Amino acid sequence: MTILTRRRFTALASALAGASVLSPHVVRAQTRPRLVIIGGGFGGASAARFARLQFPQVDVTLIEPKTTFVTCPYGNLVLEGARTLPQISHSYDRLKARGVNLVHDWADAIDPATRTIRLRGGTALSYDKLILSPGIAIRWGALAGYDEAAAEVFPHAWVPGSGEQTTLLRRQLEALPDGGVFGMAIPANPFRCPPGPYERISMVASYLKKHKPRAKILALDAKEAFSKQNLFQDAWTELYPGLIEWVPSNRDGRVVRVDPREKVLETEFGTRHRVDVANVIPPQSAAKIAIDAGLANETGWVPVNPRTFEATRAQHIHVIGDANVGQPMPKSGYIANSTSKQAVASAVALLEGREPPASPVYFNTCYSHVADDYGISVVGVFRPGETGFVETPNSGGVSPRGPLAERREQRRLEALYADAWYASIVEDAFG
Amino acid sequence: MSTPRIRLPASARIGDTVEIRTLIDHPMETGLRRDERGQPIARNMLIRFEARANGEQVFAADLANGASANPTLTFNLRATGEMSIETVWIAESGARFTARGRLTLRS
Repeated sequence: MTILTRRRFTALASALAGASVLSPHVVRAQTRPRLVIIGGGFGGASAARFARLQFPQVDVTLIEPKTTFVTCPYGNLVLEGARTLPQISHSYDRLKARGVNLVHDWADAIDPATRTIRLRGGTALSYDKLILSPGIAIRWGALAGYDEAAAEVFPHAWVPGSGEQTTLLRRQLEALPDGGVFGMAIPANPFRCPPGPYERISMVASYLKKHKPRAKILALDAKEAFSKQNLFQDAWTELYPGLIEWVPSNRDGRVVRVDPREKVLETEFGTRHRVDVANVIPPQSAAKIAIDAGLANETGWVPVNPRTFEATRAQHIHVIGDANVGQPMPKSGYIANSTSKQAVASAVALLEGREPPASPVYFNTCYSHVADDYGISVVGVFRPGETGFVETPNSGGVSPRGPLAERREQRRLEALYADAWYASIVEDAFG
Repeated sequence: MSTPRIRLPASARIGDTVEIRTLIDHPMETGLRRDERGQPIARNMLIRFEARANGEQVFAADLANGASANPTLTFNLRATGEMSIETVWIAESGARFTARGRLTLRS
């Protein structure tokens, strides 16, 4: 915190009272232009690191309440027991060593008109350009019966926090009787990490096969189709026969109500499924700060310029990661990382009166584990279109299908590539 | 297979518009597809849906090759009193799959 001098702060209270000693204009005139980043996940951390490496002429501040970031990727391996929480937890020390100003506080509100951020600790921070990478919020109550208390019985384990939800679900899995039912409620699109629920089904199945072979997974889905579906279902048939029942929406799979007391997941047509443990992945929106700042549209996500990531509803705020309207790009850590660089380069260019980089390409690679030594992947290549994002034709794709007997080596290698992918993206964000 | 489902509000007031949702597990095979060995898959289609309230037809639809597997139909109905709702999916073979629901009144 010593890096932040008084000159870099404007006290919001005194500014509102009209008694400010230093107006934001004067602050900007006296220091390097200030790039502020809210959110230290893959998007925000990558943005901070990239800005520090590429643009020494700007001052870079990252606002993130936690001092350790627990990744969503590989969380399902923690659930299965193949990894531990410390192995997927990362500190901000190396970003700090690169000269990023770390502010461990909650950003509570943004005022786009005065370019000011109010921090929970009571101070305020002004910015010239803001990179907002706040992630998702769970829409509590959007699924009847699913509130914060219900999440203590039916964990979502979808927003890692400090790992509490993943740990809770892991404990429930350990306490599940052999012969018990592990229920899942999977939401409609869009949501964070499209293949995530299906990797979770796979890794829970991997755990059950080893420890509780008579238990069963009942996965109730609000969709009819999902990411890497053929590859997942092939693997389920070969590795976990009879262990997984996946029910799509057109077979009454959409969960419309949960009852944690009775341990029931109720679907659209009134079927009440009794479960022993349930993982409820609830409907989501952009994080609260983005919605409070008026950046989101009626869908609950933030529309952005596909070339600069500037919010269409506010100037000087570039919104990256899961919070924006990125379709057909997935809400993934990799997309957050890939797009953060264009957002930062655009913000700095606009700050200096230059044109943002003209022809960006955004990449996505998502590996999923379906067993410890069995990986599958999807690659997507995207570019800005007239109004949104466009997948580049004849690019990307998924791992080839085929019987395990023929593909064993490929699946084993992809599990190793996944480890390398994880190490690389963590390095590019937090290193 | 061929389990028809129906969902409607448990109760309504007279004059309310209520939403009736229906769904059936059915492959809706057109007869045009082939299996992995290249053999044609036999045609097996639902061709009509009918809904009755207290015995009187209130909604009907003809289905054709474009209908998806596991078709779902949702329609609205004005509550005019207590209603017994009956929905029937009719296969080309003549087989009928019926689901029933009841709408009660509240004040």
